[in-house]
Amino acid sequence: MLNSMVQALRCRECGRDYPKEALHVCEDCFGPLEVAYDYEAVAARLTRAAIATRPPTMWRYRELLPLDAPPTVGLDNGFTPLVRADRLGQRLGLRALYIKNDSVCHPTWSFKDRVVAVALSKARELGFETVACASTGNLANSVSAHAATAGLGAFVFIPDDLEAGKVLATQIYGARVVAVRGSYDDVNRLCAELTDRYRWGFVNVNLRPYYAEGSKTYGYEIQEQLGWRQPAHIVVPMASGSLLTKIGKSLDEFRQLGFVTTSPTRLHGAQAAGCGPIAEAVARDSEDIRPVKKPQTIAKSLAIGNPADGFYASRAIRASGGTAVAVSDAEIVEAMKLLGECEGIFTETAGGVTIAALRRIVAEGRIQADELTVACITGNGLKTQEALQFTAPPVISPHAHELAALLGPAYE
Amino acid sequence: MATVRIPTSLRKLTQGKEEVQASGATIGEVIASLESSYPGIRARICDESGALRRFVNLFVSAEDIRFLKNLETPVQESDEISIVPAIAGGQC
Repeated sequence: MLNSMVQALRCRECGRDYPKEALHVCEDCFGPLEVAYDYEAVAARLTRAAIATRPPTMWRYRELLPLDAPPTVGLDNGFTPLVRADRLGQRLGLRALYIKNDSVCHPTWSFKDRVVAVALSKARELGFETVACASTGNLANSVSAHAATAGLGAFVFIPDDLEAGKVLATQIYGARVVAVRGSYDDVNRLCAELTDRYRWGFVNVNLRPYYAEGSKTYGYEIQEQLGWRQPAHIVVPMASGSLLTKIGKSLDEFRQLGFVTTSPTRLHGAQAAGCGPIAEAVARDSEDIRPVKKPQTIAKSLAIGNPADGFYASRAIRASGGTAVAVSDAEIVEAMKLLGECEGIFTETAGGVTIAALRRIVAEGRIQADELTVACITGNGLKTQEALQFTAPPVISPHAHELAALLGPAYE
Repeated sequence: MATVRIPTSLRKLTQGKEEVQASGATIGEVIASLESSYPGIRARICDESGALRRFVNLFVSAEDIRFLKNLETPVQESDEISIVPAIAGGQC
């Protein structure tokens, strides 16, 4: 059913080709490996008409995903709503604002379900029986859930100071969770070493070239759902910088395939002030990332001090004419509430970062009121409730007069 | 002599050894010592100008040398040095 469109893994730095195996680093220069497609073969099979006949999942773009066989994991993932956000737009001064809402991505409520579906389908192709990841939350949830349905063993490595709720939401699916003393970057470094030691498919290490490609579907969907158009602006949260880079790639690919009315899309990156190494590099007009030693922000899912795709993200932002901003924790919380109150969407702290950044970018005059703008909401607020202050509601007895007293004369 | 942990991608140069010993008072000297024992290894870790390649991270006893003094970072006999490919995390 699916002839492979993948030619090889190719080093992004020196261009050396590698076989389609569980590899992620170039032996010559340590550059990251990326999937190389035969775009002529893709163009011969993938058309807008063909896409439109397929089920509404991320796999409707399967020729642009790095599998050699039909997918076997996460078959119903993706194709989340792109919602017109007029009330939020009014508050911010925008007349053509959309939210791409992956806070309702199936099955674990974040865009990680896209990348994990690709990574675990690939893991099965490659014959892995156990998968693993380093994560603080969303990726852990998704790997554990998908491993359960795929019948794969799963190891999840987390920092040892995570909240119980997040650990529980990974353990429920049966993964073995191991806490590691240290920060997220420490866990990541350990996982890089473990990849050498065990024959496990580490979704964000040795399966990374495949895994990261799953993020492109978020970008494809935006373009299709806008009626095969590219927006003038996309605001993207950044941790490693991978999502922004892959959304940029999705724009390039659809442009190259002639699927879209192109407009030069500006990519804007959003980070938290307590961990904004990519935004800091963009501000210096540089690709040279200065790592942050001790990330400090409520947006824990974005707290990567040493973002490996920061180099590419900074380059993509600056090449597009976009910008990057780093917002405070107070702005994040305010933006989470604003999105909830205007659009009925409860996003996690990372979504608060996106909306706060959007607000800042509009205020700086970088987005004009009528320009088509998309804000990327990638995770669900029920996972990061500790970031918000609980306010106890007023309590009354079940008598109408008590409510009347509470509300006062304005409601009489 | 400090202990240096070698990643898979460099083990062809170290005859398959996961750990090797290297002398030197700084990271720069340790790399020079590695090069004399395992010719070719420096070019894989450092670029033409001699600086650490963009996608290589070096840790001295779990501390990233970019937070220390880069190639000038002092090395003790008891230190464990890790050469780790820069990989991104699980998040966006």
